[in-house]
Amino acid sequence: MPRFIQALLTVVVTLLLIPSAWAVEVGDLLKTLQAVGPQSAGSGAAAAAWKELTRAEAAQLPTILAGLDGANPLAANWIRSAAGAVAEQATQKHEPLPVAELEKFLADRRHAAGARRIAYEWIVEADPKKSKPLLAGMLDDPSLELRHDAVAQKIGEADALLHKGQKDRALPLFREALATANDLEQVRLLAGRLKPFGETIDVARHLGFVLRWKLIGPFDNTAIKGFAAVYPPEQKIEPAGSYPAKHGPVKWIDHTTTDELGKVDLNGVFAEEKAVIAYATYEFRVAKHRTADLRMNTANAAKVWLNGKLVHEHAFYHDGLAFDQYVMPCSLRPGKNVILLKVCQNEQTDPWAKLWDFQLRICDKNGLAVPVEP
Amino acid sequence: MLVAVAAAFAGADWRQFRGSENTGVSAEKNHLPVSFATNHDLAWKVPLPGRGASSPIVVGGRVVVTCSSGARQERLHLLCFAAADGKCLWHREFWATGNTLTHEITAVAIPTPASDGRRIFAFYSSNDLACVDLDGNLLWYRGLGYEHPSTRNAVGMSSSPLVVDDTVIVQLDSPGQALVAAIDAGSGATRWQIGRQANAAFSSPTLFGGYALLQGKTSLVALDPRGGQVRWKYDYDVPYQPVASTATWHDTVFVPGMKLSALRPGAVGAEPKLLWTETRLRPDFASPIVHDGRIYVLKGGGVLACGDAATGRTQWQLRLKGAFWASPVLADGRLYCVSREGLVQVVQLGKQGKLLATSQIDDGISASPAVAQGAVYFRSDRHLWKMGKP
Repeated sequence: MPRFIQALLTVVVTLLLIPSAWAVEVGDLLKTLQAVGPQSAGSGAAAAAWKELTRAEAAQLPTILAGLDGANPLAANWIRSAAGAVAEQATQKHEPLPVAELEKFLADRRHAAGARRIAYEWIVEADPKKSKPLLAGMLDDPSLELRHDAVAQKIGEADALLHKGQKDRALPLFREALATANDLEQVRLLAGRLKPFGETIDVARHLGFVLRWKLIGPFDNTAIKGFAAVYPPEQKIEPAGSYPAKHGPVKWIDHTTTDELGKVDLNGVFAEEKAVIAYATYEFRVAKHRTADLRMNTANAAKVWLNGKLVHEHAFYHDGLAFDQYVMPCSLRPGKNVILLKVCQNEQTDPWAKLWDFQLRICDKNGLAVPVEP
Repeated sequence: MLVAVAAAFAGADWRQFRGSENTGVSAEKNHLPVSFATNHDLAWKVPLPGRGASSPIVVGGRVVVTCSSGARQERLHLLCFAAADGKCLWHREFWATGNTLTHEITAVAIPTPASDGRRIFAFYSSNDLACVDLDGNLLWYRGLGYEHPSTRNAVGMSSSPLVVDDTVIVQLDSPGQALVAAIDAGSGATRWQIGRQANAAFSSPTLFGGYALLQGKTSLVALDPRGGQVRWKYDYDVPYQPVASTATWHDTVFVPGMKLSALRPGAVGAEPKLLWTETRLRPDFASPIVHDGRIYVLKGGGVLACGDAATGRTQWQLRLKGAFWASPVLADGRLYCVSREGLVQVVQLGKQGKLLATSQIDDGISASPAVAQGAVYFRSDRHLWKMGKP
């Protein structure tokens, strides 16, 4: 064989033997990805780092996933997609994923919830039998997706017992599932399951919806100028106060909603009217300082103050309704706390633009009610 | 090598919403199937990991589609399949950084992705814009919803991106902050950005004479994609929330509104000449198509109407079954219309419209089909199909 052909073959064989994935130094690559920001900042370096990172071995997946801890949402997408590409290549080459290490990663609840969910999905893809025992320990998981699946599994177990006529064994499982369920549909389903057992579940209270409010209005919102206007309730909340409003003096009134999820229909409280604003306030107490979420649903433009500080505003009118539509992380102080809402109706005449209402709940970061005293 | 492969396929690609030429018209002839009732014409069918009203695109022998999944549709999927056999070549997943609230019949994966033949620009209702190469390598990522949190609407930010040379135009009309941005296709940086009237609009930019046509609630503007300068503007008689997108044919622009209006733009800065307006050719949600001097619109009640593009006179009407969200596509003298209920109705076009075949695929279809290389691609919330030669 001619020497140059031998040399050529040697090069070809050598190239073929070089693995397409190897242990790369993921630390610096992750730092590059973590540094991306808005306006495409850092994209050039990130694209190169992303490509290099996707050549990592599958064994490095837990380390890559750990890069999601504390990453900003844009950086998270660079890292998340790189991790997915590494796992995808391993799967295509029929290489095993590091299931044992991924299980350790999953068990550590300090890691980012999204990263742990990815780890779970890879584990279950590799070995579907692991799903059941893993979910059994995730009823109170901080990952909403994992907790949802764990609660669903528990409901399934209870339903199976019910189907066999074993009510006494099913009941504690339903209770156990409800204790940590934070998904609205699951809570509703569990309330229905527990009803035949004589247990009435207050869904609104379970999820932390505020039911008793003080309301005042209507103030003027002609040409939607009232959104920016500062009416007296924004300056000082005086329960006995009387203020000039759109149609004359108004006073605070007590209102308790009977809606299943704490919806306050302002059209029902005041007259159905356009170009108006109402304020709602709720005073409550907590024993000690803590963090919480205020979560609001409304079809109207709104502002929210907590203890006199503006914590949220949006000027959208009839922009749809969704559960936990607006989420406001905040801090509650020991003792008295005061929430003030400003809910604005515009002048749209479309049939679907009649809504003038709101719902608000006080919950922890997992979506379960924060215990408060009136 | 990838570029060479992509270039070889360029003529047969379907690279963005309503095709590479942005007209809804394919040059494909003779090979396209008509009936999809049997598996005879099914080249392949693959499951999808999430919902979507976005159309598939076809680039260099690859079929690309977007989906959204998760309790709040926060998981954004970008998938690439081999056109030949439906094998999944890669699947990228992202998390939405903007609003994911949409109407239940739409989805966060509602804008159709676009491609320049080398890169894919995947856009979502959350205003996330991801750019990958044809092998799925992430090149840049913009969280336009992260940067502009009030740029959102309740139904879904459905406007699809438009690629003009090396610029990606995204129209973000919203009751909050409304804007149009030109993104550098290579770097992801914003080349220019212009504020727009705060109103929701659901139509997509259309390419006309090198300009990007943008419909708003009160006017249609032609923007220079290089610098964002307004070349001309046309104010509607009656304000209108655009859903169907503008169609073009030679030197004429057809603007859906309370009426369908035919315009002839002239000099820069001059208002276009109104040629005709016709209420009987007003499209519902699907975008009109113009071909060979005729304009085709899907009206309310599932009525397909054909009009003379020069005069606006209705030539014939044909009642189809179902409600139509997906824009039809035209290929080989036939119109492919897909109803929300998943009925594919193929109409032979001519002096009269003749229904050739009706086939049931999935229900819940809002995505316009794609046509490329002798095949028609459909997508639902659950599946992607290739109908035609394998």
